[in-house]
Amino acid sequence: MTLSTTPRMLIVAVAALLTFTGCAATTDTAKPATTTTAAESLTITDPWVKSAETGMSAAFGTLENTGDTDINVVSAQSPAATMIELHETVEDDSGAMVMQQKEGGFIVPANGSYELAPGANHLMLMGLTEPLVAGVDSAFTLTLSDGSTFEFTAPAKDYSGANESYEETDK
Amino acid sequence: MTNDQPASAGRRLSRRHLLLGGAAAGIGAAGAVGIDLATKSSAPAVADPLNGTVAVPFYGVHQAGIDTVPQSNATLIALDLVPGTDALALRRLMKILTSDAARLTQGEAALADSEPELAVAPARLTVTFGFGPGLVAAAGGTAPSWLRPLPAFGVDRLDPAWGDGDLLIQIAADDALIVAHATRMLLKDSRSFGTVRWVQTGFRRAPGSVKPGTTMRNLFGQVDGTVNFVPGTPDFERLVWGAANNPSWLHGGTGFVLRRIAMDLDKWDKLDRAGREASVGRTLSNGAPLTGVNEKDAPDFDAKTAIGFPVIAEFSHMRRARSENPDERILRRGYNYDDAPGTGSVSNSGLLFVSFQADVDAQFVPLQRRMDALDLLNVWITPIGSAVFAIPPGCAAGSYIGDTLF
Repeated sequence: MTLSTTPRMLIVAVAALLTFTGCAATTDTAKPATTTTAAESLTITDPWVKSAETGMSAAFGTLENTGDTDINVVSAQSPAATMIELHETVEDDSGAMVMQQKEGGFIVPANGSYELAPGANHLMLMGLTEPLVAGVDSAFTLTLSDGSTFEFTAPAKDYSGANESYEETDK
Repeated sequence: MTNDQPASAGRRLSRRHLLLGGAAAGIGAAGAVGIDLATKSSAPAVADPLNGTVAVPFYGVHQAGIDTVPQSNATLIALDLVPGTDALALRRLMKILTSDAARLTQGEAALADSEPELAVAPARLTVTFGFGPGLVAAAGGTAPSWLRPLPAFGVDRLDPAWGDGDLLIQIAADDALIVAHATRMLLKDSRSFGTVRWVQTGFRRAPGSVKPGTTMRNLFGQVDGTVNFVPGTPDFERLVWGAANNPSWLHGGTGFVLRRIAMDLDKWDKLDRAGREASVGRTLSNGAPLTGVNEKDAPDFDAKTAIGFPVIAEFSHMRRARSENPDERILRRGYNYDDAPGTGSVSNSGLLFVSFQADVDAQFVPLQRRMDALDLLNVWITPIGSAVFAIPPGCAAGSYIGDTLF
């Protein structure tokens, strides 16, 4: 991913939006109601967002599940972006690492953690609503498969990495 | 006598000491005794804790790096703020830098740290921030009256490349790698807000080389900094943290002066030992006043030689630096520098003279005026850089340095 605003990358962004919209639907796999929601068992450590003037960016941090049941993050929202996708970075046929939407969302294992990091899984911000300048805090809401929501804020940091390319941009 | 400096440098070494010399030098005299015992009783040696594991608390009433025992390596950085930087931008900047500093000083990688392994083992890392007049103005704050360039002194040959600035970052640790990583991280996170005006690096003895508390030596070989405040004493509280006349946002903070002092080692080489000692008024062997035996002995300025001259000359550095006014004192926390020589030269060395004082005009300036007017040492030293910053107070966990100003 690159955060430049060159026409090529804008086209890529649009392509990505078109490609992934169909996959963004939430599937409700919540278990029968229990006394606690999934959100109550979820925490995030060291959240941060890569700063960007316009276009796209990504958010990172380590999700931790203190409960005995897997937590399924199905979608994310933020006032900072018109759309957020849950992305993974995988190796394509040619051996290059590319980003793509994570089918079924993120699974934070019971009593385990799920890392969002440059070059790996992350929250993909598309259509930034305003410049994401260093030091500014952005609010995020994760929607979990039981319908509960988890909120956190993440500061923006200048960061030169996290330049993974889209699967669509290869070749 | 204090044991800070041995009275005699010539210590007889036994063959056993010589055999173990390499190891003993690394862990100090106490350790050498331990080795003697260990070799006699064949008891297992106990490993000292590693220096790197020691962390200095970051959060507190005062910023760290002032009353902290000086670390072996320091990098001082001044940034110029990007034009148009306002209070909101300063808050964003200092939130980021505070977060970086709070984490790195505890041996934790900074947020978005690309080299998290370099944050391990902080080795007493401290990060201390200071605000120049430009930053205080950008924040819309009231500056203390002394927050301005020092008055011009006759001895000054100031190069603007080594002076002033909007934001000071003092990074110090007992490990040059830790300092380098913290410097990299903090500068990386400053890029959107300012540009580097100058970077000055300095050093003292490595940890474990000499007994803790040993006064440092400068590159003239002199014991440098014998008379200094002790943290926790009334003098320290009043003359470093005391802030009666400072604006309220600075309460818990202090004033910072940097003087980059070039030391002409080549000219110094021409001076014999007696002349070197006379220029300062102290012995080279252990820093004792020329009227005393041990380093911490009080000088006797009235003592006369057989032919009636003062033993400690009127023109000596120590005599000139000593004021009759007990308020005209400062906390010294300097570092040696030894940079690459220019073409045709073999040395480019000196002292990053760093002092902390609650009121720069009342405490530092009078001393500098005295030494400007007369100080034999001026023959060999030249101030080539000068900067004054206000050091804001520390902050509580979750807040940021500068929260009292913006």
